[in-house]
Amino acid sequence: MKKIILILAFLALLVVIAIGSLSEPDTEASALTKLKEKYSKKEKPLVDHSKFAILQQKFPSAQAATKACETCHNKAAEQVMASNHWNWEREEYVKGRGVIYLGKRNAINNFCIGTKGNEQSCAKCHIGYGMTSSGKVYTDSLNIDCLVCHDNTETYVKAPEKAGYPAATLNLNNIAQSVGKPKNSNCGVCHFYGGGGNNVKHGDLESALFDATKDLDVHMAVDGMNLQCIDCHTTTHHNISGKVYSLSSMSHNRNTCEQCHTSTPHDDEILNEHTLKVACQTCHIPTYAKANATKMYWDWSTAGRLKNGQPYSEEDSMGNHAYMSIKGSFIWQRNVTPDYLWFNGTASHYLEGDIIQDTTKPLILNPLHGSYADDESKIIPVKIHLAKQPFDPVNKILIIPKLFAEDKGEGAFWKDFDWQSAAKIGMEESHLPYSGKISFIKTEMLWPINHMVAPKENSLQCNSCHTRENSRLAGLNDFYMPGRDYSKIVEEGGIWIIIITLIGVFIHGSGRIYVRLKSGKGDKK
Amino acid sequence: MIKKKVYVYKGFERFWHWMQALLIFFLAFTGFEIHGSYTFFGYRDAVRYHNIAAYMFIVLIAFAIFWHFTTGEWRQYYPSFKNIAAQLNYYIFGIFKNAPHPTKKTVLSKLNPLQKLTYFGLKVVIIPTLVITGLLYMFYRYSNSGIIESLDISSLKLIATIHVIAAFFMVSFVITHIYLITTGEKVTTNLKAMLTGYEELEEPEDEANITLNTKLD
Repeated sequence: MKKIILILAFLALLVVIAIGSLSEPDTEASALTKLKEKYSKKEKPLVDHSKFAILQQKFPSAQAATKACETCHNKAAEQVMASNHWNWEREEYVKGRGVIYLGKRNAINNFCIGTKGNEQSCAKCHIGYGMTSSGKVYTDSLNIDCLVCHDNTETYVKAPEKAGYPAATLNLNNIAQSVGKPKNSNCGVCHFYGGGGNNVKHGDLESALFDATKDLDVHMAVDGMNLQCIDCHTTTHHNISGKVYSLSSMSHNRNTCEQCHTSTPHDDEILNEHTLKVACQTCHIPTYAKANATKMYWDWSTAGRLKNGQPYSEEDSMGNHAYMSIKGSFIWQRNVTPDYLWFNGTASHYLEGDIIQDTTKPLILNPLHGSYADDESKIIPVKIHLAKQPFDPVNKILIIPKLFAEDKGEGAFWKDFDWQSAAKIGMEESHLPYSGKISFIKTEMLWPINHMVAPKENSLQCNSCHTRENSRLAGLNDFYMPGRDYSKIVEEGGIWIIIITLIGVFIHGSGRIYVRLKSGKGDKK
Repeated sequence: MIKKKVYVYKGFERFWHWMQALLIFFLAFTGFEIHGSYTFFGYRDAVRYHNIAAYMFIVLIAFAIFWHFTTGEWRQYYPSFKNIAAQLNYYIFGIFKNAPHPTKKTVLSKLNPLQKLTYFGLKVVIIPTLVITGLLYMFYRYSNSGIIESLDISSLKLIATIHVIAAFFMVSFVITHIYLITTGEKVTTNLKAMLTGYEELEEPEDEANITLNTKLD
């Protein structure tokens, strides 16, 4: 009897321990719940701009509206004029190159190539008015376009090819009276259309995010948290955090998932360990360009074909331009699986006039630095945009062609379709040499993917990477990854040991069976 | 010669043996899934189960070591090269001629010299290799959560490769072991002994009746 009681007591203790260790503590709200609480409280504005008389008077020009803004916000111009959005360049340090000033002003990409000489058209996405190639625009605070960022009516648009001025039909009074913190629509109107159309450049920033579902972007979903760009891209004194490495080199002022979610957001320790080497985006953005296609390839070499002397365009099956006389041939893709790279937050850049060392290989315009051995590096997803773009085979430098002009005969490619004159004038305006020879070189641009975060149910699973066949990380071979990697010698040797063991067992066993059968027969005789 | 039923394998010994067998099978099955050889549980669960089983195995080993030293049973595994040729000769030739086993199994000497050597290798080389590389594997780069800062190994490759080599030897051992237990008096003699603890052994002449067989009769 005593024994039974003892055993029962022991079992009861075991059950208590098991329940205690297996059940998860649920008394404290999870970090995610707290975040959701914090961001669901929307701020109410302190002032109603429609009550201010200065914003009710008729504005004869866009600059007049700016002047009205600056009357009260008399330090804002100073801040704006120190920002990247205004200057289109920032101070960057690149290893091996030193301090450089890098931005849209002087960078070369493999989309529309460069802004030099094309300012009138490119300024559609500058937060200023009256941009010219002289650069005078950058010094006059009345040229600041306050409204493009602060309009809350969602009606403000800039006119195309008008050096950044707003469309003539707008009611600037209504807009000026509506101003508030920038919304997704303010940022999106430029950042979703970079490269000359929706989702051309980034792949993860596009107009579908204006009205996002949870499947498209779990943060920006209008039926979810409905986060605004500036909730993550926090801003102080008009200096907005976060940047993209097409134009950045240094690992500072970055936006990270960790700023809200910490570096150990999972319940599972093994998953938390991954954050040391794997960026959140790698698992949580399984595909990009989920709603509308993004441009993956741009071939300038086919540009300039005319039908009956007129430029034309062709569309692909998704309704995107497959060919345009002014730009060449394109390949678009939807639901794209990212490429993966090690990235430590620093990048270098091809800058105008740089000599291309090896013209036989594709030229990477913005190499992202990093490796497994580097403690700062993590695996990130990227979009790789390929292109064939004009270069000077004699001087071995990329050509910045003159693309835009008001009229024919000015030598702009988009009007005259002549590479020679476009290259000659473009290089002149950029103060670069031109040999008179033009050729096309393959280039790559790397675009880190940070948006379109999927609901957690749709994030990558272990075997998306930890697998021998079709591992997402098949291209990153500077480290050993369980499930994907193995030593060929050990694998073959191990299998042979098992085979030889089995053969030995088989031969030995058959021998014994044979002997037994034979001796059994012998007994019968 | 008289044969008597003798209590050869004690309760803990049998528990240890079968628990170990179960864990080794489970560890091998989940381990080779993690290795990428096939998919069954799914990678995440395979890792989770493998780790839990590994901790259970380590606890079992701790108890087994304690048992072996307190009972003095560890001496059973002390390798001896005496009669090793005779034992090899038996497995290669004798067994086919219905020759008798060259070494006598007694309670004080349960293992033949080949078994001693093999189990010694298993306990001193293969299992410690698996356990040590396994622990390194688990705690590799754990520095992030500040648990073991000093284990900052720059690559998993060596650890994983050694772990896998030892695992292949373990599989080979298990196959051989399962086959060789059929070489007893009858095919099932050894299996029965490890299940019940009792085996019919030739009564050693100079040994008194220290066994339980009298009770059984």
